[in-house]
Amino acid sequence: MDRWRHTHHSVLWALSAVAIGAALFLVFLVAPREAVMGDVQRIFYFHVPAAWVGYLALFVSFAASLLYLLRRESRWDRLALCSAEIGLVFITQGIITGSFWAKATWGVWWTWEPRLTTSAVLWAIYASYLTLRRAMDEQDRRARVAAVYSILGFVAVPINFMAIRWWRTVHPLVFEGGGSNLSPAMLRVLISSIVAFTLFYLTVLSFRLRLEWAHEQVEQLGYR
Amino acid sequence: MIYLFAAYFVLWSITLGYLFVLGGRQRRLEQQLASLSDARAGPAEAAREGAE
Repeated sequence: MDRWRHTHHSVLWALSAVAIGAALFLVFLVAPREAVMGDVQRIFYFHVPAAWVGYLALFVSFAASLLYLLRRESRWDRLALCSAEIGLVFITQGIITGSFWAKATWGVWWTWEPRLTTSAVLWAIYASYLTLRRAMDEQDRRARVAAVYSILGFVAVPINFMAIRWWRTVHPLVFEGGGSNLSPAMLRVLISSIVAFTLFYLTVLSFRLRLEWAHEQVEQLGYR
Repeated sequence: MIYLFAAYFVLWSITLGYLFVLGGRQRRLEQQLASLSDARAGPAEAAREGAE
């Protein structure tokens, strides 16, 4: 079983490395140079996948929290925690890469427009989620409170996604009306980058889940 | 171009930083598990020696 798990992890890491390598090659050497913004537009190929994986990870955390409340099995609480932590890392990446893009195109690092403001709120909600979990020692109570918080906090994700559709904003809108404003060549590179980021998320999630399981074993065996 | 590479650098710094933190956690957990199993093996070994 251990050997199977080890192989499974090695295959995931190898697949991620290949996908990331291929995506980098496509982003820097194959994607066409954007006519108005030039090379700085390539930030988009990291920014959008980071945000997408952030949303995906937070959705997984939301679904796992719901399952925890329904079934009271610790594995769902573990998944909710691990996915939220990784989601926060990707949301941070999305915010920072977006900030570089903003400086290059709008001339400012940050502006309080709807997408950026809701991103900051989203980041704060999930940073608080992790802080809240650390503040509670009793395992069942921590899992219950965290699950309720995660379900309520997830409301910020669709609001963040829809912010550029609901309100007047300077943030570009790439996908609308079921289509995209990208050329087919750019869309292919974006999709390959999204696949690479998603694979990387699954790989890190699998590693992080194993660590959390080991952490629970240590706690049960009497450390702390 | 400088913004592109700066964004790329920050993206990888965050990714590798997070993996580094996870690696640190893994090492700490392995040490804790090893010391716990030593601590559990200690009394069992003493009891076996006593019985002999």
